[in-house]
Amino acid sequence: MRVRLAGGRRRASDRCLFTLTMKTTYLDFEQPIAELEAKIEELSEVQGEAALDISEEIERLRKKGMALTKEIYAKLTAWQIAQVARHPQRPYTLDYIQRLTSDFQELHGDRAFADDPAIVGGIARFDGEPVVVIGHQKGRDTKEKLLRNFGMPRPEGYRKALRLMRLAEKFKLPVLTFIDTPGAYPGIGAEERGQSEAIARNLYVMAELKTPIVCTVIGEGGSGGALAIGVGDIVMMLQYATYSVISPEGCASILWKSADKASLAAESLGITANRLKSLGLIDRIVEEPLGGAHRDPETMAENLRGALRDALKQLRERPLNGLLNDRYARLMGYGKFKETRAG
Amino acid sequence: MSWFQKILPPKIQRRVEAAKKTVPEGLWSKCPNCEAVLYAADLDNNAHVCPQCGHHNRIGARKRLELLLDEGEQTEIGANVLPVDTLRFKDSRKYSERLSDAAKETGEKDALVVVAGKVLGVPLVAAAFEFRFMGGSMGSVVGERFVRGVDAAIKGKQPFVCISASGGARMQEGLLSLMQMAKTSAALTQLSAHRLPFISVLTDPTMGGVSASFAMLGDVIIAEPGALIGFAGPRVIEQTVREKLPEGFQRAEFLLEHGAIDMIVDRRELRKVIARTVCALMRKPAPRV
Repeated sequence: MRVRLAGGRRRASDRCLFTLTMKTTYLDFEQPIAELEAKIEELSEVQGEAALDISEEIERLRKKGMALTKEIYAKLTAWQIAQVARHPQRPYTLDYIQRLTSDFQELHGDRAFADDPAIVGGIARFDGEPVVVIGHQKGRDTKEKLLRNFGMPRPEGYRKALRLMRLAEKFKLPVLTFIDTPGAYPGIGAEERGQSEAIARNLYVMAELKTPIVCTVIGEGGSGGALAIGVGDIVMMLQYATYSVISPEGCASILWKSADKASLAAESLGITANRLKSLGLIDRIVEEPLGGAHRDPETMAENLRGALRDALKQLRERPLNGLLNDRYARLMGYGKFKETRAG
Repeated sequence: MSWFQKILPPKIQRRVEAAKKTVPEGLWSKCPNCEAVLYAADLDNNAHVCPQCGHHNRIGARKRLELLLDEGEQTEIGANVLPVDTLRFKDSRKYSERLSDAAKETGEKDALVVVAGKVLGVPLVAAAFEFRFMGGSMGSVVGERFVRGVDAAIKGKQPFVCISASGGARMQEGLLSLMQMAKTSAALTQLSAHRLPFISVLTDPTMGGVSASFAMLGDVIIAEPGALIGFAGPRVIEQTVREKLPEGFQRAEFLLEHGAIDMIVDRRELRKVIARTVCALMRKPAPRV
């Protein structure tokens, strides 16, 4: 894999703003596509030297490749979608911030203990209008993965997010959050510093924050660690993102006593955008380009731009009181139960 | 094992084991902490706190409420809200089967019981978790009953008390249970808006999605001695960090030391502490103790 950083000297926190020039990494179920694309590449390379014109053949294979991708992606299982959501080349929060906003000014720290690089946030302009952006941030290479703690925040991360949300409220800026985490970090220090309280506080504050909030699950929506920046007026998911109460592996090892049953657990948990939309837990699915966001980050970003633009337009027109009432009503509406008349 | 048991051949050993079980269950019980053998009725009269070492045994939701609330008029809230298997979840067993088994075992329909009553004459709404009902896990019914309890407290201008004992969110309801974290926390914003106190009591164990939502949002947070309280379970943490966890990690005393809770209160003193606290917060005369 070859990774070229855009711009020479960048701070660590900006490091994932790179241009992807690396080869696509194929997932297991994408092997037929990988083989076909390898063949296309091979042919493209020999084309220059060949006496025969093989461009027609290449074009034919390309079409076949697209058709094959379409076919495979049309019937992905929940577990396969979870693989796409965790794809190592999937665009992360800073990639979207870079493509979708201008004048991004990252803000750091929880003012109490530390700056958690697993959550990034700051002020930026979206369509020229100032907004506060907050998101989980995973790392691209090993070094950055460690720095970002694989996108698993500690309490400081959530408290930084909370501080930025309060900032947004004070200055009447809408909040855009980007969700992409395996979950909140299960560590000794995280527990000592109140991981539970940090998450709980965010749920509480987001429920009554006096400014519009739009949440988008861009990759993995891992449990409470995801929800802690996921309470809002409009909740969207990218087509191949997942959102779950527990990871399929975790669920499988508890209920099936075997992590091998993750694919079964993924199916049962109903973690995909389609399933969650039908349960009324999310509002909108943002379409991904053929083969997933990582195959065409630019198109993905444009699709997301459209969806965010719609969402903000819709929310900006609402008076604050109505907005908060609707948000509360929507939160109270979560849940499926039956009710007998007695009692 | 005594020397006598050790020399017994295995077959007879098994018989001795079997014979042991014929002692009427529940007459005697052994303290899991100090191993003192206690007469069950004594333990029951002592709020299930070991008279020898003070160990707080786990108790069910009804027992909790019985210990907390004054005798007399009590109204249960949300008992008619019942679980459904929306996802048709099935692992080694069906969720619907697990629900009916849990109901049979506990006599409850879900893991939270909410009752309006009085504590030392102070009217309030109290919720208690039934840990034996699927590990006290929070699904749609727990969330809804919690919210109805909060609503009733607002309507009656009363404080709300929740006694937690839960492993976290209920996996079998998928993301619906995760959203109960947001729902219950949001309900507390309304209680606050009406300037009504929320007292959160954490008992053994309070973990995961329950700890990471309303349980940590109390105006006053009380824990029982020795209760395990945390976000991630000790096993998960141990596997992640690959080191041995410090002594007493995630116990109530550890949380108090780290500033996560207000106080640790003996179960037998809980009524008094709660009544005193909510009366002061609501600027009412001190309760008659």
